[in-house]
Amino acid sequence: MLPLRNGAWKWLAVAGMMMAILSGCEPVKMGVLNPKGPVAQKQYDLIIWSVVLMSVILIVVFVLFVVILVRFRASKLSKDYEPPDVEGNTFLEIVWTAIPVLIVVALAVPTVTSTFDLEKSPSPNKKPITIEATSAQWKWIFKYPEQGIETVNYLKIPANVPVRFKLSSHDAMNSFWIPELGGQEYTMADMPMFLWLEADKPGKFIGRGNNFSGRDFAKMEFTVEAKKQSDFDSWVDHVKKTAPKQSEKEYKALLKPGTVDLKTYSSYPKSAEVKEPNHGGMEHGGMDMDHSKMKHEDMEGMEDMPGMDHDKN
Amino acid sequence: MGLFNFKMPEHFIIMNNPLIIGAWISIILVSVGIVFFVTKYKKWGYLWREWFTTVDHKKIGVMYILAALLMLFRGGFDAILMRTQLALPDLKVLDAQHYNEIFTTHGTVMILFMAMPFIIGLMNVAVPLQIGARDVAFPVLNAASFWLFFVGAMIFNISFVVGGSPDAGWTNYVPLAGSDLTPGVGINYYLWGLQIAGIGTLATGVNFFVTILKMRAPGMTLLRMPMFTWSTLITSIIIIFAFPVLTVTLAMLTFDRLFGAHFFTIDAGGMPMMWANLFWIWGHPEVYIVILPAFGIFSDVISTFARKRLFGYNAMVISMVAISGLSFIVWVHHFFTMGNGPWINSVFSITTMAIAIPTGVKVFNWLFTMYKGRIETPAPMLWSLAFIPNFLIGGVTGVMLASAPADYQYHNSYFLVSHFHYVLIGGTVFGCLAGMYYWWPKIFDFKINERISKWAFWLFVVGFNLCFVPMYLVGLQGMPRRVYTYGEHMGWTTWNFVETIGAYLMGVGFMLIVWAIIYSILHEKRDRSGDPWNGRTLEWAISSPPPHYNFSRMPSRVTSADPFWDAKKRGETMFDENEPLKPIHMPNNDGMPIVLSGFMFIAGFGFVFEWLLIGFIGLLGVIGSMIWRSFKDYDADHYVQVDEIERDQAELKAALEGRS
Ligand code: HEM
Ligand SMILES: [Cu+2]
Repeated sequence: MLPLRNGAWKWLAVAGMMMAILSGCEPVKMGVLNPKGPVAQKQYDLIIWSVVLMSVILIVVFVLFVVILVRFRASKLSKDYEPPDVEGNTFLEIVWTAIPVLIVVALAVPTVTSTFDLEKSPSPNKKPITIEATSAQWKWIFKYPEQGIETVNYLKIPANVPVRFKLSSHDAMNSFWIPELGGQEYTMADMPMFLWLEADKPGKFIGRGNNFSGRDFAKMEFTVEAKKQSDFDSWVDHVKKTAPKQSEKEYKALLKPGTVDLKTYSSYPKSAEVKEPNHGGMEHGGMDMDHSKMKHEDMEGMEDMPGMDHDKN
Repeated sequence: MGLFNFKMPEHFIIMNNPLIIGAWISIILVSVGIVFFVTKYKKWGYLWREWFTTVDHKKIGVMYILAALLMLFRGGFDAILMRTQLALPDLKVLDAQHYNEIFTTHGTVMILFMAMPFIIGLMNVAVPLQIGARDVAFPVLNAASFWLFFVGAMIFNISFVVGGSPDAGWTNYVPLAGSDLTPGVGINYYLWGLQIAGIGTLATGVNFFVTILKMRAPGMTLLRMPMFTWSTLITSIIIIFAFPVLTVTLAMLTFDRLFGAHFFTIDAGGMPMMWANLFWIWGHPEVYIVILPAFGIFSDVISTFARKRLFGYNAMVISMVAISGLSFIVWVHHFFTMGNGPWINSVFSITTMAIAIPTGVKVFNWLFTMYKGRIETPAPMLWSLAFIPNFLIGGVTGVMLASAPADYQYHNSYFLVSHFHYVLIGGTVFGCLAGMYYWWPKIFDFKINERISKWAFWLFVVGFNLCFVPMYLVGLQGMPRRVYTYGEHMGWTTWNFVETIGAYLMGVGFMLIVWAIIYSILHEKRDRSGDPWNGRTLEWAISSPPPHYNFSRMPSRVTSADPFWDAKKRGETMFDENEPLKPIHMPNNDGMPIVLSGFMFIAGFGFVFEWLLIGFIGLLGVIGSMIWRSFKDYDADHYVQVDEIERDQAELKAALEGRS
């Protein structure tokens, strides 16, 4: 090894510092890296796998970088050293094309399989529950069609039960995200989409709107509580008994731009129901995938909700 | 909405905030100061003759870079304000509305009005010199490009104080950006500022495409072009394909907002998702438009200061072509979370990851250019060296984002914010600075001071990592982008505070760069000989600054991709001195571009406020300027006579002898 002069130490120090920061001096144990359900777990595994693959590249390049800089600084070389006149090296170039190809394949395969998996229920043999999550400027409205109740800015779900969120927006596009339970999906007006999530165990999480939607976007945080099924059921009963019914007028007022506190209703008016898309033209993959099945299940859900007029158009 | 409707927006003159009042005061003081000094020293004529009407690519380049530095200051100031607001939870430096305006203008200014003009400025400065041309193919169009960009930037920037800034993000997603949810003039400013500047950019693409294909020196085959010229050629092609999409998309939203069309509305059959698609069909190629030229700069700089020819020249070219092709088929990765279905997401995940392969090839080729080289580290090389590890971090996190299911967890979080800053700052900004330091002593007859620049470099690079590494972490902790504040209970406080410190360091670094420039203008040693870095390509074979016609004789010994280096080794120059000097055909200065752009300003301003009459008058003026120009085509050019060339040469000789 060549003796290192001041200059070289500086470079090494910087590289070392960056590695230290990158390898995470402080463990991050919340959010994405703290999965609390099968969906988040699947994504976590994929993330960790990608970090491993990327670290290989990162380390190889960083080491080469530092070694070359240390070795070939002009100040370290003899006065009459002249760099050779090399055009390239086909073999080497093939090698460093092939290795990234392999790495990309190693990441692409689990990417594709997970992409397809995430379209399906995380626990196909459990009976799912459907919850409609609607973003409006600047609040979240959660409707539980099977239970007929509505909550605003907080969400309760049964633990250990796959939840099929039916996402929509009243106005600006937003994105529905509960990092501990799994990745997000956009909410859009007139284009309901579906997202599967599930909590392994009872617990409390924070969810949020994640796509900028105007002035008080930052306030679109909501709490999520996963409860044991029995606790969830008694909470629903409690709501049905004690919470007020929501009138048409109240619902309209709720949709107006502004922030509101937590709210609970034992019913919601039929105009609040999430509309099926009325686009003639554009077909939409993620939505369509499940479409026939979903429609069917929706209908089932509807049955306990007398007076709902499904056919909006 | 009649032709004669002159409705006033709610707040025409914005004055509701100490910051904005400060902006007003400084705008007025600076303008008055400029007018006063220019008048006092009788410089109006000089400015008009030498700058406002110039068609000289070097001067246009300098104006682009100056404007880019100004915009870097504006965008940087926005950034400092945002970081101050986010330093601690629940701060009240900015309110929600103000923060939203500032992140919107920050993003838009940095990409469209800082990165783009900086890159285009460097192309203007260097490309004709690198290929042995005396100007670009369409010099008047080139001036029009600059003035259109300038007018677009000015329109966008005055929104701050007149009428109100856009506030829907630089991506300007509908329906939020539609007139129902965001009435007022802010979004109109966005649409017209980008539209006008975009037209200028499109013209630049055409201009450089033709220049590079048609105006190379004898002997310079395509595969002997310097890498920066190659990157400019490829970038021009991307511009030609991508910018028309932007033009149409902006026009469609303008129709929605001004004339009640329904391209993107929620009701009446509009398709809001179409905006996201169209925006990113332009937007993703756009990010490659600002990175590929930086790649070109790094290639030239690294081989210059490693004193070794570029490793794998052909692979470098092929990988750039591959990247440019792929850049058109990855746009969906910006909205994997829009329910595209697993097939579409899978395909776009794979195309996106594929971009990393040619990019990786380039990184290794740069490393092996330095391997066995003789590495010197003046400022341009420092920025190029810093680029490699920093861009790599941005690149590998890009590959992570490319995995759709994982992106459901990163999307719109600070993880994403950090990714694109690592590529945009670590790639584009470092590249622009490297290029500026590198070609500065070509455009002027002095370097930028090394000592101050080293300080600036270290402060900036350390600050940059301090600012953005923690963003990956808070992103994984669930912090979304574009929030104006956050609660203590989220546990993001420490990292956010560190980020703010980093941002301030970057700010100091930037100020030091400006100081280095000012200091060098005053004190740095002058040298007109023209080859301060021991360069390899044609631009270093002529004096600094070059005469306005660049080459008094055409270079005649281009036999490789490093023609000047090889000539020096052979003990030759690039020119055949025995060849007699000939008169040189050059374009005349022209006032049309600035007049046309002035009318464009009127048009843009009118349409922003939906004062249609004024808008149409402006447009008529634009068309009138073009008609006027078509009639005065006969005095568009002149010859530089041999005695003037000889005078220039004698003067240069005297200057060089005086130096020694
Ligand atoms: C290895 C190459 C790269 C890959 C694989 C990659 C991948 C991605 C992906 C997948 C996204 C979208 C993530 C999301 O929205 O959730 C993204 C966003 C972005 N990338 Fe890259 N990227 C690469 C290089 C670059 C370069 C070179 C630039 C610019 C110089 C760039 C600039 C951006 C910007 C500006 C955004 C975000 C825009 C926004 O939403 O505001 N990326 N990148
Ligand atoms: Cu992209």
